[in-house]
Amino acid sequence: MSIKIEHVSYSYGQGTAYEKKALDDISLEIPQGQFVGIIGHTGSGKSTLIQHLNGLMRASSGKIYFHGEDIYREGYDMRALRSKVGLVFQYPEHQLFEVDVFSDVCFGPRNLGLPPEEVEARAREALDQVGLGEPYYKKSPFELSGGQKRRAAIAGILAMHPEVLILDEPTAGLDPRGRDEILDQVAALQKERGMTVLLVSHSMEDVARYVERIVVMDDGRIRFDGTPKKVFAHYRELEEIGLGAPQTVYVLRGLAEKGFPVNTEATTVEEARDAILEALGRRNVC
Amino acid sequence: MLKDITLGQYYPRDSVIHRLDPRTKLVGTLVFLLSLFLFRSFACCLVATLFLGAVIRASKVPFGFMVRGLRSIMVLLAITMFFNLLLTPGIPVLRIWKLTVTREGILQALFMAIRLIYLIIGSTVMTLTTTPNHLTDGMEKGLAPLNRLHVPVHEVSMMMSIALRFIPILMEETDKIMKAQMARGADFESGGLIKKAKNLVPLLVPLFVSAFRRANDLALAMEARGYRGGQGRTKMKPLIYQKRDYGAYLILAGYLVCICAAGILSPL
Ligand SMILES: Nc1ncnc2c1ncn2[C@@H]1O[C@H](COP(=O)(O)OP(=O)(O)OP(=O)(O)O)[C@@H](O)[C@H]1O
Ligand SMILES: [Mg+2]
Repeated sequence: MSIKIEHVSYSYGQGTAYEKKALDDISLEIPQGQFVGIIGHTGSGKSTLIQHLNGLMRASSGKIYFHGEDIYREGYDMRALRSKVGLVFQYPEHQLFEVDVFSDVCFGPRNLGLPPEEVEARAREALDQVGLGEPYYKKSPFELSGGQKRRAAIAGILAMHPEVLILDEPTAGLDPRGRDEILDQVAALQKERGMTVLLVSHSMEDVARYVERIVVMDDGRIRFDGTPKKVFAHYRELEEIGLGAPQTVYVLRGLAEKGFPVNTEATTVEEARDAILEALGRRNVC
Repeated sequence: MLKDITLGQYYPRDSVIHRLDPRTKLVGTLVFLLSLFLFRSFACCLVATLFLGAVIRASKVPFGFMVRGLRSIMVLLAITMFFNLLLTPGIPVLRIWKLTVTREGILQALFMAIRLIYLIIGSTVMTLTTTPNHLTDGMEKGLAPLNRLHVPVHEVSMMMSIALRFIPILMEETDKIMKAQMARGADFESGGLIKKAKNLVPLLVPLFVSAFRRANDLALAMEARGYRGGQGRTKMKPLIYQKRDYGAYLILAGYLVCICAAGILSPL
């Protein structure tokens, strides 16, 4: 297994008037190569949790293991950890600083101490993966549109070839096409390289479509943890904590309630289509 | 490190001191700070201690928060005491090698330390019990007469409140960008001075860009909502002195009388 979290708690502003418990006794195991979705309403602690995974934040209590090694152990190499666990922040466009896009993407791999040719090869590859071609290489990051900046920032992490890729709402503010392109690319990388991916998202549709496991956070705790089908079956409880399920779940449940013999387990649009067709076929309505 | 600076950190509580008009608190703090430089005797020291103690009690802010600000002046305090102790002429009481400690020196050092400590605690009490916005409001209103001398009081205080408002935002932003770059393998800790300065580029560039972007957005938003400077502008919550403020001024006057009396009656 690649990441294991044991009883991790974290409070912001410890010892001040504004102390706020953001993580409350979280335990989680993420095996190598899994595509995990993390959902939760605003302020539920998602961003806080993922920053613990590459050692940027230190838990107030609890332990975190990467490949079985305790990352809080004396002398543990945090920089090596950070190169293996790539984290793309919410609004990553704010981290761009170089004179042009290409050099900015080179920043990460260069920090790994790779030879220059390798750094450039990786930057090209990563920019290609996020759909930024040659014409963008020499542009200043500040001339790009919001979505293009986002892509450049994601490329900056991809170029480091992390074993684990964590994306904090990578698609907020992107158009539907851009969103699909980026997530398709990430899904492809996950399959090809056996990369572990953690996707923090507010979009139930995105999550249902790509991930194999969903972790639902609520007020610093894990509320549900399981396959999309299992988690979305709790759509009523999800609504109570300010979330919901993909539209398809509602459509299928609605049909079932009206007496249409449809399998309500489907979560993606394709599955829902198949489920409805199957039910129709069974009744020979076509 | 930055966490140690309590100055400018509001501590929300429901107390008489919190509810006082910011002007009252400003004047009170000013008077208290000035009074510290008047006193030269233990009696005065006692009066000031009692007064400060009573105010802290009334503010309901834990004492720990008051003294947190002291950490930053520890070094200054030590140096001041050291020089006062050794360089004040008078009756010698102790001689170590070529250095003489005098009776006057001990007293001087002691009073200096007390003054410095009370100075910090006194102003901390004000900032802990008053939001920065309230404070600038108080200053704006208190200094309003200067308007007649063509001092742009409103503009200056608006600038101050915006600056104060932006400090936590920029600190948070710094933290965020630092983390984002560390996630890309940036190293802000190791290396020599030049290397360290160079390593700051990935932090400073995005920080400045975002500060300018924010300033620009804010200016636009203010103009969009019709902000045209102070002229003809009214307040949603105008500052009006309440009974408790007059009471506070009375207590303050009482304190001044006491400390003066103590100074005159027992000159050391
Ligand atoms: N720098 C900070 N200082 C103090 N409290 C914070 C800080 N950052 C977050 N918090 C608090 O911690 C809690 C969890 O925040 P977090 O950013 O992890 O939420 P999130 O699930 O990522 O939300 P969102 O979906 O809005 O990104 C929130 O209640 C928030 O108020
Ligand atoms: Mg977040």
